[in-house]
Amino acid sequence: MTLLRHTRGGEITERQALTINPAKTCQPVGAMYAALGIHRCLPHSHGSQGCCSYHRSTLSRHYKEPVMAATSSFTEGSSVFGGQANLLQAINNIFTVYQPDVIAVHTTCLSETIGDDIPQIAEKAAEKDLIPAGKSVIHASTPSYVGAAPTGFANMTAGMVKYFSESTSPNKIGGRVNVIPGWVEPADMREIKRIVAAMGLESIVFPDTSDVLDCPQTGVHEMFPKGGVTVDRLRAAGDSAVTIALGPVCSEPAAIELTNQCGVPHATLPLPIGLEATDRFILELRKYNGGVVPREITDERGRLIDLITDMHQYFYNKTAALWGDPDQLVSLSEMLLTVDILPKYVVTGTPGKKFLRRMGDVLQDRKSEVQVRQGAGADLFLLHQWIKNEKVDLLIGNTYGKYIRRDEGIPLVRHGFPILDRVGHQFFPTVGYRGAIRLLEQVLEALMQRQDDECSEERFELTM
Amino acid sequence: MISVLEQRAAQIHQDGRSPFAMDCEKHSVAGSVSQRACVFCGSRVVLYPVADALHLIHGPVGCAAYTWDIRGALSSGPQLHRMSFSTDLGEKDVIYGGEPKLYQALVQLIDHYRPKAAFVYSTCIVGVIGDDVGAICRRVEAEKGLPVLPVHSEGFKGTKKDGYQSACAALFQLVGTGATDDISPLSLNILGDFNIAGETWLIRNYYERMGIQVVATITGDGRVDDIRRAHGAALNVVQCSGSMTHLARMMEDKYGIPSFRVSYFGLEDMSRALYEVADHFGDGQVRQRAAELVRDEVAAILPDLRRYKKMLRGKRAAIYTGGAFKAFSLVRSLRTLGMKTVLAGSQTGNREDYRLLRELCDEDTILVDDTNPLELAKFVQEKEVDLLIGGVKERPIAYKLGIGFCDHNHERKIGLAGFEGLRQFAREVHSTVMSPVWRLVPRRRRQQPARAANDVSTASLRPSCAGECSACDLPDCSIPAGQEILP
Repeated sequence: MTLLRHTRGGEITERQALTINPAKTCQPVGAMYAALGIHRCLPHSHGSQGCCSYHRSTLSRHYKEPVMAATSSFTEGSSVFGGQANLLQAINNIFTVYQPDVIAVHTTCLSETIGDDIPQIAEKAAEKDLIPAGKSVIHASTPSYVGAAPTGFANMTAGMVKYFSESTSPNKIGGRVNVIPGWVEPADMREIKRIVAAMGLESIVFPDTSDVLDCPQTGVHEMFPKGGVTVDRLRAAGDSAVTIALGPVCSEPAAIELTNQCGVPHATLPLPIGLEATDRFILELRKYNGGVVPREITDERGRLIDLITDMHQYFYNKTAALWGDPDQLVSLSEMLLTVDILPKYVVTGTPGKKFLRRMGDVLQDRKSEVQVRQGAGADLFLLHQWIKNEKVDLLIGNTYGKYIRRDEGIPLVRHGFPILDRVGHQFFPTVGYRGAIRLLEQVLEALMQRQDDECSEERFELTM
Repeated sequence: MISVLEQRAAQIHQDGRSPFAMDCEKHSVAGSVSQRACVFCGSRVVLYPVADALHLIHGPVGCAAYTWDIRGALSSGPQLHRMSFSTDLGEKDVIYGGEPKLYQALVQLIDHYRPKAAFVYSTCIVGVIGDDVGAICRRVEAEKGLPVLPVHSEGFKGTKKDGYQSACAALFQLVGTGATDDISPLSLNILGDFNIAGETWLIRNYYERMGIQVVATITGDGRVDDIRRAHGAALNVVQCSGSMTHLARMMEDKYGIPSFRVSYFGLEDMSRALYEVADHFGDGQVRQRAAELVRDEVAAILPDLRRYKKMLRGKRAAIYTGGAFKAFSLVRSLRTLGMKTVLAGSQTGNREDYRLLRELCDEDTILVDDTNPLELAKFVQEKEVDLLIGGVKERPIAYKLGIGFCDHNHERKIGLAGFEGLRQFAREVHSTVMSPVWRLVPRRRRQQPARAANDVSTASLRPSCAGECSACDLPDCSIPAGQEILP
C-alpha cells in the first residue's frame, strides 16, 4: 500500500526546508497541557480559533477527557490592530462566566509576530478592574516557530514560578521539596507524589495534571476538576528546601527561575524512567530526608532488578528505534542500554543541540552504533528510511509509529505524546521503579508476541 | 445554574413559541470555550480527500502535525493525502521570509512523489509575514508542469466557512482543464461528500445503478484528473452545502451547470435525493430504476429499523454538528428511530438553516449556534438527554455526563450515509444508548423517577435494585443498597 511504502530507503536525501511526518508539534499545546496542571485554571490561547481547537482535540484524543481552554478568536482586524481588545474581552468573559482562579495565557505564532505584549494587556485588564480579587492572569510566550511542544511546557511552567512563587524567609523549609515532573502523564505525576511521600518528604509538584486529565466518572462534567497544583502551593514553592527539576528541557527553566527569584537551590535530573534515572531521583531525595530509603522503595527496586535479571536473555542483542521528546528519549535510551537493548535510532524534532551531548553521555562507548538526530529534518520519514536500510526489533514512540509498524512488521510499544489509538498511558505510570517494570513488561510482551506470531510451528512454545 | 455568556444570548433559541430571530454567522466571542476551528481547518478538511494531490502546509509545524491523517476519508488508490508535509517555518524564516523554503520544499516533494497537483496552504503566519505564495506556486507550476494551487487559508481571516470558500476557489482552478468528450448527458458530480468510511462509494453506486455517470467525486476519494473534467457533467449534486455550494455556484456561472443540494442521511432524505436527480434528468428509465433502488434498499433495512425503533422509542437526543444541513437529516433519522431531538445546534449554520431547523424540530427543542461545553452540558442535563451526537471534543463531555454518544463528524469509522448507513446509524445509536454501562453511572441512578416510570425502555436499562438506595427509587430494583455505586 502506497501509504506505508512511501519510502524505499536507499540513499537518504538531506532536507533543509521540509518536514515529512513530524516527530514534534508546536509550543502552544505544551503550554496548554502545563496550564491544565494548575488547580482551577483555564488555559487561554491568544491567537486564531483553530490553534485552540487543534490543541484541545489532540489532548482530548490522547486522554479521552474533556479539555477546557479558551481562545482570543483573532480576526483580520486583530492581526492589524493587535489582539489587545480580544484579550481584554476574553479576560472579562472568562472570569464572568467560567470563573477560574487563574487564566494562563499562551501566545501563538500570530500574536507573537504582530507583537502583542501580554503582561501589558494583563496590566490594563487589572486597571479596568476585569480581574476579580484573588484571581490571576499569568502568561508564557510560546511562538510556534521557536522550540517545540516541550519548550512550550517549560515556558508555561516557568511562568507559574514568575507569577506566583514568593520567598517569605531566607530560611528554607527543610523536608519540603519542589518537584517539577516534566511532560509526563497524570499517572506519572501521581506516582512521583507517592514516591516523595514514601521518602518521608513533603512535596510541591507542579504542574500536576493528576485528577485533571484522569478523572473518575461521576456523572458530572466538572469544568475545573479537583486536581492541579493550587496557587497557594505555587506561592509556597519559594520557601522549599530545594527544587528537583526532572528533565532539563521541560523542567529546568522553572527551577532556575525559582533559584533566581526565591533563592531555592535546584538540581536537574533526567526523567526518572528506568533503573539508573530512578536511582538518581531517589538519591537526590535522600539528601533531604536524613539519608533513609524506606523498605517500600528498596523492595520496588529489587523487584525491578529481579525482572531484568530473569529476562535478560530475551533482551540480549535486541535493537530499538525511538522518537519523541528529548527528556523522554534520553532516559528511555539509558533504560534500554541497561537491559542490553541498543537504542539504534533516536529521533526528535525538538530543536536543541544539548540533546546530542546528553545522548552521548548515555551511549558512551556505543555511540558509533547509534544514529541520533534532532531538529530540522529529524522526522518519522527519516526514521522510516533508516529502518528500511537496516531494521530494528522494536519501535518505541507515539501513535504515529503505527505506519512503520505495519509496513515493517516491527512491534510498537506506545510511549509519549500523542497516543490516539490506545488507552493505558493515562492510568499506568512509567516513572519510578514500578514504572520501569511496566515499561519492560510492555517491551517483553511486544518481543514475545512477535516470536509467537512468527516462529515455525515446531518452535511454537508454551513456556518462556 | 450557570449563566450563559451574555453576548451569546441571541445565539440560543429555547422556545419555539417565542418569535424567532437566530443570531449566527458571527465571530465567536473572545474568551468563549468555543468548539469551532479556523479558516485553515475549513480548507484542510475539504481538500484533504483529494488523494493524488500533494498537500503542503506552509507555516510552523503545528498546523501540519495536528492535521496529519485525522480524517477517515478513504481512497481507493493513492494515499498521498495521508502524509504530513510542512515547511516547518522557524524564527529566521519569520524574519527573512519563508519563500525560499516553500520553493525548495515544493520542488523536492514534486520530484519525489510526482503528484497530479499540489495544494499549498497558507497558515496565519504567512498572512502576517507577507510571503507571495501565489508567485512561488506559479513559478513551480511553470517549472514542473503540473497545477500548483495556493489555498488562502490564513487562520484568522474569517471562520471555517471562509476556509471552505478558499478550498473551493483552489478546486475551481482545476475545473475546466480536462477533456470532456466521453461524458454522457446523464451525468453528475458528487459534491460535498468526503468518503468517510466509504460513503462516497455507496452513493456513487446508487447513481450508477440508476444509469447515471459519475464524473467527479469532490472531494471524497477525489482525483485531480476527475476534478479537471468536472465541468463536463450535466449536474452538480451538493451535500454538505456549507462547504461546496460556493464551487457549485461558480461552476453554474461559468459552465452553466445546474445544481441542487441534497442529503444522503436518513430514509426520506436519501430517497428524495435520488428522486430529485431522476426528475432533473426527466428520463423515465432513470426514474424507474431509482424507484426500484429505493424499494429494494428500504426493504432490506426495514426489519432491522423496526427492531431498533422498538428499543429506542422515546429516547432523547442532542445534536451538535459542524454544518447545520446535517442536523436536518439527523432530526429526521432520529424520528425514524422513534427518538426525540431536544437540542440541535451547529458551528456554522446560517439564519435560513436555523429557520428550517426551527420548523423541523419540536416547539421545545433548544437551538444553539456556536455553543460551548458549559452550555452544552447545562442543556443536555436539563433536558435529560440519552444521546449526544457531535465530534471529538464533545465525546468525552457526553461520557462524563453519563450519556451515550455518536460521532457524526469526520472521525467516525462507520458509514452513515445511504440506506445501509441508516441501518448502521441505528446500530450505532443502539450500541451506546442501550449500553449496560450507564447503569454504573451515578447520574442515571439519581435520575427523576417520574420520567423513568413513564419510560419503559429506559427502565430496562437501569440496575435492578430494590429501591432501598437513596440514589434510585425505581419500582423494579433488586440490588441491595450496599451495592450502590460508591460516591
